[in-house]
Amino acid sequence: MADAAGILIVGDVIDGQLGSTSKELLAAGRQIANNLNESVSIALLGSSTETAGTQAIESGADIVYLVNNPALESYHIDFHLAALKSLVDEISPRIILMGRTAEGRELAPRLAFRLGVGLAQDCLEVSIDTSNQTLLANRPVYGGSAVAVVSCEQTPQIAAIRPKAYEPLETDSNRSGETVSFPVELDTSIAKTKVTNVVKEESEGVKLEDARIVIAGGRGLGGPEPFSDLQNLADILGAGVGASRAAVDSGWVPYSYQVGLTGKTITPEIYITVAISGASQHMAGCSGSKVIVAINKDSEANIFKDAKYGVVGDWETILPAFTETVRELTQD
Amino acid sequence: MPLKIGVLAKQVIDPDMPTAAFSIDATAKEVTVPSTIPPVVNGFDENAVEAALQIKDSQEATVTVISSGPSFALDVMKKPLSMGADELVLIQDDGFKNTIDSFFTARLLSSAIEKLGGFDLIICGRQASDWDNAQVPLGVAELLGVACISLGRKVDVTPNSVIVEKIIPDGYEVVEADLPALVTVSNELGQPRYPTLRGIMAATRKKPTIWSASDLDLDAASLEPRLKLHDLFVPERDQICEIIEGDDDADSARLLALKLREAKLI
Ligand SMILES: Cc1cc2nc3c(=O)[nH]c(=O)nc-3n(C[C@H](O)[C@H](O)[C@H](O)COP(=O)(O)OP(=O)(O)OC[C@H]3O[C@@H](n4cnc5c(N)ncnc54)[C@H](O)[C@@H]3O)c2cc1C
Repeated sequence: MADAAGILIVGDVIDGQLGSTSKELLAAGRQIANNLNESVSIALLGSSTETAGTQAIESGADIVYLVNNPALESYHIDFHLAALKSLVDEISPRIILMGRTAEGRELAPRLAFRLGVGLAQDCLEVSIDTSNQTLLANRPVYGGSAVAVVSCEQTPQIAAIRPKAYEPLETDSNRSGETVSFPVELDTSIAKTKVTNVVKEESEGVKLEDARIVIAGGRGLGGPEPFSDLQNLADILGAGVGASRAAVDSGWVPYSYQVGLTGKTITPEIYITVAISGASQHMAGCSGSKVIVAINKDSEANIFKDAKYGVVGDWETILPAFTETVRELTQD
Repeated sequence: MPLKIGVLAKQVIDPDMPTAAFSIDATAKEVTVPSTIPPVVNGFDENAVEAALQIKDSQEATVTVISSGPSFALDVMKKPLSMGADELVLIQDDGFKNTIDSFFTARLLSSAIEKLGGFDLIICGRQASDWDNAQVPLGVAELLGVACISLGRKVDVTPNSVIVEKIIPDGYEVVEADLPALVTVSNELGQPRYPTLRGIMAATRKKPTIWSASDLDLDAASLEPRLKLHDLFVPERDQICEIIEGDDDADSARLLALKLREAKLI
């Protein structure tokens, strides 16, 4: 693939609209495309992707590939992989950017293996070494205790980018771009797995990923009951409720509450932690918060290294007083 | 015929070690830990062993644990045996230092799996707690061409298929695949069982099979590095925390609320 060029973004379409992951990836793609002086294309898989295609151009894409086949209607890893492989073989991109979303966690590594190339996993930042057109990726390792700078040795160079690591660009309805229909043939017998049931265990109230304020509890809460106190406070503030893995592992709240490396990645304006120690794997999911507030009885706890405001003390006294004051303040 | 289950496991630096013990050798681009902190079997891989043993509890099955690495602490890597696994295969080679290259590792492990005659079901941890790559199991599935289901919290088998509760951000999906298949599991599977005294005794008597790269059928192309490590460093944290102190805890709490209000955060 000596003539490989350009950046391909693997996009997401949600209910016919361009997903936020696509917009973040387009922002990352634009930045490196400008350094390389090459174009940014985006692959949108499924049908009814025209609206999302227009939005992709407004958000930074030069070329939109509408990859279509009836089998791509809903997400299935085997069909998505095969379709992406066909597109990549056809257009030979230099770089592929994907999102490390629930689907991307599986799609990115498997695409890389299928292509026989490396993958820079879970990146926070990508840049170009213009001397050799190499993609340099910064990615947290050891649960976030360290950062590795890696590059891929073969082409295409693939990076999976952590959700919310990039801010979408301002949309510009004057941007122009090209839309290409790319029908693919898919043999339906390649589907090796089948989803037979979907069970939702949504956390109550405001959705964690979209919340402007998140209040999260950890092992120090000692049981499931205090989470209803956190929920009370959250209700007053219109906030979402999250948890550390220790609280989830203890069975106090379902996995959908978990914030961190192996849970959700959130970037609220304010993240209030109650009895969470601030392990690097937890912080991996919330370090993009604008302001972190810590309530913890141990003044040496790691969380105070990331927090802007902290109170050292027992949550059993602090939380009721805090909630009461917040209620008074937000009433007027 | 007993169900043949393979479990892939990695030896890692203990992720629960004190933060102060964690340091980086910048020249070697390696994490170093004091020798007083022994390595562990990657936590999610212990979940994988547990998932395999749960199947073995209810039907005839053999569980073979396979690991690759530059060197092993045998007593550590024997833990799955003492939990109840039947066999341990260690692929050890000084040249395996670059464990960040998932392609290489997946290639080694899939060759070993083929040399062992393949498995009906391969169970792996969702990711290793050192490089957090979450790639090797998916790569092994790709290289072997078997069905792959990731992030299982419950794994059941029927005579021909595997049924997995797969974690999704807001709940779970029930996913089915025909055997042979590969499944990755997460900690939601539950606490791995503790080794029993009998298990520990049995494990001491068991000898692992030890292979090196030359024992495996590896073509030159698959050994070419896929990733290059340029730098490894500890990220700077420049946040300064303002500790709010009132007359007592309740007063501090009130002051905190006022502070956040003042900063227009709430
Ligand atoms: C590969 C890997 C992935 C992981 N992924 C995640 C992840 O996605 N999310 C995650 O959260 N963790 C994750 N972890 C686990 C992580 O390393 C920590 O173990 C976990 O975050 C600890 O949760 P915690 O802070 O609630 O508990 P602890 O670390 O036990 O902290 C409890 C805190 O509560 C405080 N406390 C106790 N009582 C009180 C009181 N009365 N008043 C005030 N404070 C009190 C204590 O001082 C302490 O700081 C992962 C680990 C590994 C190895």
